[in-house]
Amino acid sequence: MSIRARFHLPYPAFTLDVDLDLPGQGITAFFGRSGSGKTTLLRCIAGLEKAAAGFLSVNGEIWQEGARRLPVHRRPLGYVFQDARLFPHLDVAANLDFGRRRIATHQCCVSLARAVELLGIGHLLERRCERLSGGERQRVAIARALATSPRLLLMDEPLAALDHARKQEILPYLEQLRDEMEIPVLYVSHAPDEVARLADHIVVIDDGRAVTQGPLAEVLARVDPPLRLGDDAGVVFSGTVVERDAEWHLARIVFAGGEVWVRDGGAAVGRRVRLRILARDVSIARSRHDDASIMNLLPATVVSHVAEDHPAVALLQLRVGDTPMLARLTRHSASRLELAPGQQVWAQIKAVVLVG
Amino acid sequence: MLSPSDLAAVWLTLKLAGTATAVLLLLGTPLAWWLARTRHWAKGMIGALVTLPLVLPPTVLGFYLLVLMGPDGMLGRLLAAGGLQALPFTFAGLVVASVIYSMPFVVQPLQQAFEAIGEQPLEAAATLRADPWDTFFAVVLPLARPGFMTAGVLGFAHTVGEFGVVLMIGGNIPGKTQVLSMAIYNHVEALEYEAAHRLAAGMLAFSFTVLLLLNALKPERIR
Repeated sequence: MSIRARFHLPYPAFTLDVDLDLPGQGITAFFGRSGSGKTTLLRCIAGLEKAAAGFLSVNGEIWQEGARRLPVHRRPLGYVFQDARLFPHLDVAANLDFGRRRIATHQCCVSLARAVELLGIGHLLERRCERLSGGERQRVAIARALATSPRLLLMDEPLAALDHARKQEILPYLEQLRDEMEIPVLYVSHAPDEVARLADHIVVIDDGRAVTQGPLAEVLARVDPPLRLGDDAGVVFSGTVVERDAEWHLARIVFAGGEVWVRDGGAAVGRRVRLRILARDVSIARSRHDDASIMNLLPATVVSHVAEDHPAVALLQLRVGDTPMLARLTRHSASRLELAPGQQVWAQIKAVVLVG
Repeated sequence: MLSPSDLAAVWLTLKLAGTATAVLLLLGTPLAWWLARTRHWAKGMIGALVTLPLVLPPTVLGFYLLVLMGPDGMLGRLLAAGGLQALPFTFAGLVVASVIYSMPFVVQPLQQAFEAIGEQPLEAAATLRADPWDTFFAVVLPLARPGFMTAGVLGFAHTVGEFGVVLMIGGNIPGKTQVLSMAIYNHVEALEYEAAHRLAAGMLAFSFTVLLLLNALKPERIR
């Protein structure tokens, strides 16, 4: 179960040159700045870039091999464009039906009703497309792609054109899609929070090349080569809800290496959840301070530290039990605390975000 | 009110315009699609050739068509070899001439409509399993509908109003090649101003209605 993608496509601004072996399940994020070539890579995989030379196989099926290319309309894929691209001459129901009625019945494993239910668009079916909000439009576009029972779902920054509130409206649907459908998803994004919340695997694209890749938690915790996420640097890991405190509206979550208290987001006891801790929300102390407002204090081991872009800042790599963690502090502090690899410290965590 | 020969001219004009419009849409659609999409080196030349009737005096166009379609012309010989009637001074000849004469009025709105659709809906359709033909009929045609309306109306109206080309290629044979504009000309020549008026006023009303219609058919984008 894997996706092999090798492409070479010269452009005036950059040359896309990748050789990837991606997991054939879960959500893989193509992450990078705008203009880094991640959308072009996605379009190559869809077959929309006619000039791309290379090789592509999806879970054993060859879609492109040298000059032999399966035309786009023969590839069992779903593509969600950044701008939805609903057909303006059709209403929502007809848009949803467009792809579904073009596939053979035996290939149909996602019913239209299922797609409609998953994206919560049952009440929009009769609507004309121009009467939809941006968020609704994108949900219809996702359902339209799902209704073709794709064996690979490609999503090109589906949330980038939406404001914060609309994004929050769609994210739960995407999580549900990830958790309930067995369709591998390639997800292009330049937003670290989206990637942290959705992705299982990440490929970092820069200047047309895949600079680093791997399981999300592993790549985010790496400091070399540094991702240079700046304020967004941080780790993602999963844990299990073990207790919910009704009085203070907090939930206790156990993970490999310790436990943290987070704001109770409503997840039931026993649920697996995903946590994100930003490096800038972690400070370091050599001894335990119980007289501060910080609630989550974790014993940690220093692994290494590297300089950040700004000469005043250092990124410290820690390990809390088996879970890697990052802390950002000034180089001055790092020097004053005489931090060295192998040293035992206390990680004071100001904020833990439940990302799904 | 109208004399039998005037009525025949009106009928012939409508028949000619209807036939020419049908042929124009059939030929103009693939041509406009090609012009809208291609990056071929010949695009500029073909485009200019299609637009030529827009700037050429109709008599010039008519003259060359006459030469080409006459018994000694290339097309004339070809037709004769195939055992077919020569085209000048026949209804078929008028249709051929009208199609060439009105081509830019059909191809240009269609080309613009196709260009306005752009690549994006076509890509979306391809990712939804529609092959290129399927995409053309299920997406392009409906989206280009206003363009087709404009093309049809313009092609029809322009054919109704032609004079020079018809004169050169079809002559002025009542009931056979004498169209409306020709009948008006004949009436004026014979100083029958009243009869000329009836036809001319009819044309005026028709042209005005056509323009009104065109306005009403403008794409209903955002209201």
